[in-house]
Amino acid sequence: MWSYIARRAVQALFTLMIITVLCFLLTRFSGDPIAQYAANPRMSAEDKAALRERLGLNQPLPVQYFKWLGLAVQGDLGQSFFAKQPVSEMIAQRLPNTLILMFTTEIITVSIALLLGIISAVKQYSAVDNIITSFSFIGYSIPIFFSALGLMLIFAVQFKEWGLPYLPTGAAVWDKKDPVEYIKNLILPVSALVIVQTAGYSRFVRTSMLEVLGLDYVRTARAKGLTSRVVLFKHALRNAALPLVTIVGLDIPFLLGGAIVTESVYSWPGMGRLFWEYAQRSDYPVVLGILLIVSTAVVAFTIITDVLYTFVDPRIRLS
Amino acid sequence: MTTDIATLGTPSFGGESAEQALTPGQLIWRRFRKHRMALLGMIGFCILLLFIIIGSLLVNEERANAVDLQGRLSPPSEVHWMGTDSTGRDIFARIIHGGQISLVVGVLSVFLSVSLGTLIGGIAAYYGGWVDSLLMRFTEAMLSIPSLFLLIVLGKFLGRDIQTFTIFGQTFSGSVAIVIFVIGVTSWMFLARIVRANVLSLRELDYISVSKSLGASDMRIFFRHLIPNTMGAIIVSTTLGLAGAILLEAYVSFLGLGIQPPTASWGNMLTAAQTFIQKGSWWMWVFPSIFIVATILCINLIGDGLRDAFDPRSTRHL
Repeated sequence: MWSYIARRAVQALFTLMIITVLCFLLTRFSGDPIAQYAANPRMSAEDKAALRERLGLNQPLPVQYFKWLGLAVQGDLGQSFFAKQPVSEMIAQRLPNTLILMFTTEIITVSIALLLGIISAVKQYSAVDNIITSFSFIGYSIPIFFSALGLMLIFAVQFKEWGLPYLPTGAAVWDKKDPVEYIKNLILPVSALVIVQTAGYSRFVRTSMLEVLGLDYVRTARAKGLTSRVVLFKHALRNAALPLVTIVGLDIPFLLGGAIVTESVYSWPGMGRLFWEYAQRSDYPVVLGILLIVSTAVVAFTIITDVLYTFVDPRIRLS
Repeated sequence: MTTDIATLGTPSFGGESAEQALTPGQLIWRRFRKHRMALLGMIGFCILLLFIIIGSLLVNEERANAVDLQGRLSPPSEVHWMGTDSTGRDIFARIIHGGQISLVVGVLSVFLSVSLGTLIGGIAAYYGGWVDSLLMRFTEAMLSIPSLFLLIVLGKFLGRDIQTFTIFGQTFSGSVAIVIFVIGVTSWMFLARIVRANVLSLRELDYISVSKSLGASDMRIFFRHLIPNTMGAIIVSTTLGLAGAILLEAYVSFLGLGIQPPTASWGNMLTAAQTFIQKGSWWMWVFPSIFIVATILCINLIGDGLRDAFDPRSTRHL
């Protein structure tokens, strides 16, 4: 067990090294941060050279990389060229908003998916099952901006026009005095994400539930005379929901950053939008910082999920 | 059907015993045909293709890019079936030409990603050792960076100076080539893993060692024996990858980094819709979205049917 974790950790470190080199090279070449001053008539060529010198942009690439890596390991991700603020501070400001958005989405998604998946599996090939399956197929093919813009059009724009109570689409800032406003702002982005996410999850629950329901121990439980509710929720669901641990565990880090589109449609002040705004300005310390955090989370969660799985399912042996 | 004693036990190649002598291709087609949803997807996709092909013959690209500031943001009418956008361009015409771009981008980038995935996965498994671990760590690294992030950074990286170019008498914005490249190099990883796993198990089989002892070159074994045997996985992931690529194109173009106007794509038509939706221009959102969702849905249905058809364990459709 421990040797397995150790081996995985060494592999992960190697993977992380490749990720940092890849991200560093890509962001470093993705545009000249000095270029935005090009139009400024008060900046002379000497000023620009001096700025380049000060930001360390004139040093050889390997030197820049190792300097950045050395500081990043200690938690210092450098300073934003544009905001003149430490990157770690900027991310720390935005991260809570993204986490709230993601965890709310994930909790609602998993609950709905479990419900739909179980109904669909228990009533296999019935009208209800066919409807759920068709909708999950459609949901699976919906891009997030479709649901985000659609919900906005209906519940924010049209409802306002029709004089109904409408939902806000503006940026939310957490304010202790007015938590209701914050929650109201959360409704539309969360719903947009839930619509898209639930589809895949519920199909997954349906498949694994069907598999488990066909097993002998479920038949035994039924033969013992247990009520179908007990068989379903105490016996079948426990095993059927296990693979969901893997799916959710692997999805969470992607959700961390995957909200670029949702956050930019709803001007939600999260990390995805921060990334998008600063990528457009070629502010590479910010871009690099976010890339590093998100991909480290992905790598870490992969290992955590694998190990966690052996605890919830003792049949799996790590080797 | 008459069977007399004399022909029993000997293989007959007559029409009546065709049931027993199906080629793998026929078997797969037979299973696919029984998959109602997949057939529905296939029909839907053909209609979409016909719409785009016939449409682009009837409506030329100038019409799709013609700006009419007087008639901007007009709702659907007899002149403009799907209304006009913020600069008065006809949405119906733009959907036809945008669809062309979206499909071209989808097909070419999938071609790129499938070639990359097959090669990298195949080489890693065939050579093994340090080549394998290096390539697989690289694959893992690429998989760990969420693809939209990678797309944005790569798009910025390559999109600094965009030129236009001409193929088949049509002028494309250079952004089309960049988007194809970027999607291609960011979506080969899953296939690489599948191909690697398949080749790893095939490599140990007798017929490969026989070919080797007969003196077949690595290239021949790789392309004649190993790759054809993983074709099922490759075809399925090509189909599902096409849906993914069209979606990714829509995402990057929606964010403004992909296909650049005036060239239309379903994704960049929605960029402007985002601003004007607040003012109630629903048609700018509805029509491109419907086409994206319908296309992705049809392709996913086909892919799902193909997956079942290629799965040797699935016999329930026979």
